[in-house]
Amino acid sequence: MAGTPGPDPPADGGGEARPAWDSKLQYLLSCVGFAVGLGNLWRFPYLCQTYGGGAFLIPYVVALAFEGIPLFHIELAVGQRLRRGSVGVWTAISPYLGGVGLGCFTVSFLVSLYYNTVLTWVLWYLLNSFQHPLPWSACPLDLNRTGLEQECRDSSPVSYFWYRRTLNVSADISDGGPVQWRLLLCLAVSWAVVYLCVIRGIETTGKAIYFTALFPYLVLTAFLVRGLTLPGAMQGLTYLFTPDLRVLQNPRVWLDAATQIFFSLSLAFGGHIAFASYNPPRNNCRRDAVSIALVNSMTSLYASVAVFSVLGFKAASDHGQCLDRNILHLINAFDLPEQSVSRDTYTAALVRLNASQPAQVAGLPLEACRLEDFLDKSASGTGLAFIVFTEAVLHMPGAPVWAVLFFAMLFSLGLSSMFGNMESIITPLLDLGVMPRRVPKEVLTGLACLLCFLMATCFTLRSGSYWLEIFDQYAAALNLILLAFFEVIGVVYVYGMKRFCDDVAWMTGRRPGFYWRATWKVVSPLLLLTIFVAYIALLASSPPHYKAWNPRYERFPSRQEKPYPGWVLAACALLSFLPTLWVPVVALGQLLARCREKTRDPPQDGRPKPRGGRAC
Amino acid sequence: MLWLLFFLVTAIRADLCQPDAENAFKVRLSIRTALGDKAYAWDTNEEYLFKAMVAFSMRKVPNRETTEISHVLLCNVTQRVSFWFVVTDPSRNHTLPAVEVQSAIRMNRNRINNAFFLNDQTLEFLRIPSTLAPPTDPSVPIWIIIFGVIFCIVLVATMLLILSGIQQHRRKNKGPSEMEDIEDKCENVITIENGIPCDPLDMKGGHINDAFVTEDERLTPL
Repeated sequence: MAGTPGPDPPADGGGEARPAWDSKLQYLLSCVGFAVGLGNLWRFPYLCQTYGGGAFLIPYVVALAFEGIPLFHIELAVGQRLRRGSVGVWTAISPYLGGVGLGCFTVSFLVSLYYNTVLTWVLWYLLNSFQHPLPWSACPLDLNRTGLEQECRDSSPVSYFWYRRTLNVSADISDGGPVQWRLLLCLAVSWAVVYLCVIRGIETTGKAIYFTALFPYLVLTAFLVRGLTLPGAMQGLTYLFTPDLRVLQNPRVWLDAATQIFFSLSLAFGGHIAFASYNPPRNNCRRDAVSIALVNSMTSLYASVAVFSVLGFKAASDHGQCLDRNILHLINAFDLPEQSVSRDTYTAALVRLNASQPAQVAGLPLEACRLEDFLDKSASGTGLAFIVFTEAVLHMPGAPVWAVLFFAMLFSLGLSSMFGNMESIITPLLDLGVMPRRVPKEVLTGLACLLCFLMATCFTLRSGSYWLEIFDQYAAALNLILLAFFEVIGVVYVYGMKRFCDDVAWMTGRRPGFYWRATWKVVSPLLLLTIFVAYIALLASSPPHYKAWNPRYERFPSRQEKPYPGWVLAACALLSFLPTLWVPVVALGQLLARCREKTRDPPQDGRPKPRGGRAC
Repeated sequence: MLWLLFFLVTAIRADLCQPDAENAFKVRLSIRTALGDKAYAWDTNEEYLFKAMVAFSMRKVPNRETTEISHVLLCNVTQRVSFWFVVTDPSRNHTLPAVEVQSAIRMNRNRINNAFFLNDQTLEFLRIPSTLAPPTDPSVPIWIIIFGVIFCIVLVATMLLILSGIQQHRRKNKGPSEMEDIEDKCENVITIENGIPCDPLDMKGGHINDAFVTEDERLTPL
């Protein structure tokens, strides 16, 4: 944008001006939507619950202050200043660092594939929520119509619907099985919706984001209000938020807090760089970074309160049903009048009967019903959304309405994150000029979505969910940490701290203070390196295995732990290192190209002429 | 003598109906669970109705059309409400085979349930399994309908956006190819000042003035 001449504005390549946000709000909502995703809902509450409730907030805030916000500020500042997508930005900083951008691009591509598959599952559940009774409330009959389907009877209707009716999961990862046509249809619709919103880049996502970023907050509030009025909610909240400060001694807690902040803010994808590149050059990116990071964390907290209140209700309801089953056994065995034993008098009655007729009591199949056991049943990820929460929704009055709201919320949460992912793929492609200028943007986005859809069909196989876990664990985690490390090092040491601080001062009007400089120079890189090493140590400590759903397993419905076969391990290794491999490959390539140039044209005036920084 | 005979007969009859006797079935009712406030008390009149329903069911079996209410014996009624019953033959010496009673009850389970405002779960005949209701699947699963609706909406919206994009593209290509102002979103508004249209002053068909070089070309790119 030719206007106030800043220090060396980069050429936009002539032709059309860069697209811009309609308003600051659109930009903020897009970043918030990208950062706030499914993980805020189903990973953070689980971590809170596992790591001593409120005590987990301490390492979380520490990680936010020393890792999350500084890295986020770097991404926004770099994108806004250099006004290019991830590939262009890193190539502009230094041609040797072009691989970082390509690595981010590859990781975004891999993540888009499996992230939209999760949205496919959410869409399938959403489509099935428009009926009463909900299809996961009861087991289907078996072939003879004499009883219930055995697999469902042994596990539960909710698990059966998830593993059999939705995924139709195979018992082993090598057993691929045919493509599930239902999931394929839902996958097609998911990608069609993504294409519809991303079709013209930020022009269309900017309109869609108003709905997809704000709708989840409405639904969360509805769930919060409803959840708090349900019986058992307060017990759930107090139990799950009571801090247990002893967990802070466990280094695993700090590692998980750091990784949670990192992935929660969607750093190192290149999406924030792409979003910031459409900003006007003089925009206070520091304030944006801090506010978006805080909004993201507040959303996580808000979501956990809503989730915990519903889970507390579910635990209380399950506990009550457990007691009811025991009471029924007692009154049936001893022919006591109906409703003579209530939930409160159950223990007294049991003691009395045990004293008088211990042999008969011992023969009854009584379960041990403790509320804490039900509250401790925690789950994260797909287990929380598709098994635990769907079961909780069954007990709520007006279950189909709540199911529709819940899955619509999940879908829009995931969709707004997909916008960021697709932007981090499309913006670099546009900047690199992959397609000739005459070809409209719609064709490029269409081709990108089509390619992703075709490749994602492998997740609709019967073993698709196992592959998704692999992608989630290996393709994303390690690469993002390494790429973020290279990002910080690249900006601070290659671009130069002084030059970067000058740029930030020009953009925001104030030079970065001591906190920023200290975290960028020392704290964040060290933290990232520590996380990387700890992560590798954790992965190497146990041979990689997965949990298979095998109805023929002796301890069914527990999932059977199986090791990965050799070829799958090779695929894991490939996924873990391929994206980051771009960094040394491009650096070496540039080095070789320079050496060849130097030997071919010896410099005339003894001074090597630095050429343009495009990697192409 | 007559009293002795009477006692003998009742003793034999009592023997026929006992818990775990041959061909005896246990019945368990959960009236308060099913009806809540509207629960009725279980008394001898209700027992009479039960005997009548069982006799009715037996009369529907071929060869057993002469079953009377007095042939059905109830015993061991508890507070739970649960009891045992047997059905005797007209001679009142033997009980009818369990298989016959079972099939008769299964055929008429619905009517027996309705007579007491209960269902299969609240009026249990232990050892008589109930036939499960067939699943009520609609002919077209609901999810396909919603899927069709969403798919059509998305398709139509995408088509509209693509078409409007093509129109915009065509308009852009036709118009500003002669304008020197390269930045888009520039509209050809004919301004009128003092009654004179400024149209002739427009640079349509003008030349690029080489004296004014744009900023970008002067600075070296990065």
